[in-house]
Amino acid sequence: MAWFKREKKGIITSTEEKKEAPDGIWNKCPQCKKPLHYAEQVEHKYVCHYCSYHLRVGSKEYFSILFDNNEFTELFPGLRSGDPLTFTDSKSYTKRLEESYAKTGLTDAIRSGHGKINGMDLVIACMDFSFIGGSMGSVVGEKIARSIDYCIEHKIPFLLISKSGGARMMEAAFSLMQMAKTSAKLALLSKAKIPYISLMTDPTTGGVTASYAMLGDINIAEPGALIGFAGPRVIKETIKKDLPKGFQTSEFVLEHGFLDFIVDRRQMKERLASFIKMVYYRN
Amino acid sequence: MNTSFDFEKPIADLQQQIEKVKQVAEKTKVDMSATLAELEEKLDASKKHIYTNLTGWQQVQISRHPERPYTLQYIDMICEDFIELHGDRTVKDDKAIVGGFASINGETVMVIGHQKGTNTKMRQYRNFGMANPEGYRKALRLMRLAEKFNKPVITFIDTPGAFPGLEAEERGQGEAIARNLLEMSVLKVPILCFVVGEGASGGALGIGIGDRVYMLEHTWYSVISPESCSSILWRSWDYKEKAAEVLKLTSEDMYKNGLVDGIIPEPLGGAHLDPQQMADTIKSKILEDLAVLNTKDAELRITERIDKFCAMGVVVE
Repeated sequence: MAWFKREKKGIITSTEEKKEAPDGIWNKCPQCKKPLHYAEQVEHKYVCHYCSYHLRVGSKEYFSILFDNNEFTELFPGLRSGDPLTFTDSKSYTKRLEESYAKTGLTDAIRSGHGKINGMDLVIACMDFSFIGGSMGSVVGEKIARSIDYCIEHKIPFLLISKSGGARMMEAAFSLMQMAKTSAKLALLSKAKIPYISLMTDPTTGGVTASYAMLGDINIAEPGALIGFAGPRVIKETIKKDLPKGFQTSEFVLEHGFLDFIVDRRQMKERLASFIKMVYYRN
Repeated sequence: MNTSFDFEKPIADLQQQIEKVKQVAEKTKVDMSATLAELEEKLDASKKHIYTNLTGWQQVQISRHPERPYTLQYIDMICEDFIELHGDRTVKDDKAIVGGFASINGETVMVIGHQKGTNTKMRQYRNFGMANPEGYRKALRLMRLAEKFNKPVITFIDTPGAFPGLEAEERGQGEAIARNLLEMSVLKVPILCFVVGEGASGGALGIGIGDRVYMLEHTWYSVISPESCSSILWRSWDYKEKAAEVLKLTSEDMYKNGLVDGIIPEPLGGAHLDPQQMADTIKSKILEDLAVLNTKDAELRITERIDKFCAMGVVVE
């Protein structure tokens, strides 16, 4: 006689309700290798409480950390990618998209939401690295552009959390032009004198760095994130020398003058809220 | 005509045949004009056939022909005079991007472009047309100068990419390009951009936000070079031909996809075969466009420029 009896067959949990505990309830910190319990991760905002390593998380986690009571209205959730070039490498782009929808439960590499941070209105657009490497294609560009329009219309500050390998190759020049589109919209946001905060997380590279990520009224980053334009491997091949230790980390980028400050995820909400209050919501 | 590429072999063969027939005719004093005419006709047909049916990779090859004119040569052929200006006022003078005030038919313009070298030593000096952050900052400084004196900006794009070096990262390659994208989209003077060779990614776009963006017929413009695309997607450099196809990087594809405003026809076989003719074609396009853009209200011009770039991309709702 079996000890357990399966009463319902097959997987009945929808992707939406799937509990995110990627490698089981216990995770190993990639840096100090100590075991972290899922509940501990949530409690410490997905930062290792032994070594302060910032685990890679997505829009769902950032929204829960930053929006009051995790309440927000998702903006433009219906946008999906087309396949304008019918691009095929090892598999077709359409198939890659479908697999990514199924695997991640996301609709593309960015989500945008309108909620409150310590009672103040804020729009946050946050990239998801799990969706094709957080690559920037038409949907990412369009969602950012529309979010900016929304911020201008409603006079709400804008926070963009970057986490991306760069432009999405499967949309080739269409991806490239998203850099132009998002930068142009940011020029309009700036003209409207509405604050734009760019938060860079691990990793932020390529066309994302060369457009919206570097254009914040303030640019900030999580500690230890890889931030750069060219990838370290490409640079190494070009200069034919080993790269110095700590090259292209947040700390390096801060030291060279391209970040305003580095913020620990556990203090992030308070720091962001006080900045937004100082420059925008205080009479 | 000098041919350079494998796909031009049928042309080279016919040219050889024509030469031979000419020599025989001269030696034997026999009238061979009928044969010659027939061969010339074949040659014309062959050229037309080859140059109108180029693959993506063949276009990339022509765009990189070492004898193609670069920015300074175009300036020399298009403008009556040119005062080159140097430096970004912060770090140094980038040799991969040149610029300065110039006159075209008596009108002052600001011309900025990537510059490649014409021999090994100069190619190194120009860093193969790969700019560092100071190059983009010099470009922006010159554009602001043009804006101050209300002069239109013309850019020539020809780069294998922004330089992926250590110092480039230290000095903020990403920030430099990003800043240009933002500032160019709201620059108060008209901007015309011409991709005259290679248009590789952010390095090209960094001086490529214009009221009109054109590609010369045999150039390419995309998010990545076919070689790098091949190495990332297929983990080998051997698929560059395939990458050139799938990226849809030719002037024809880019125009069809609404990502550039037009194609400037090149002399048959490529700009390197008749640089003067190429320069004349570009010059008349510049004059034609400035006549229209100069009379437009600056705010309207900026709105139309931004709207154009914001319409790019394919999404399903």
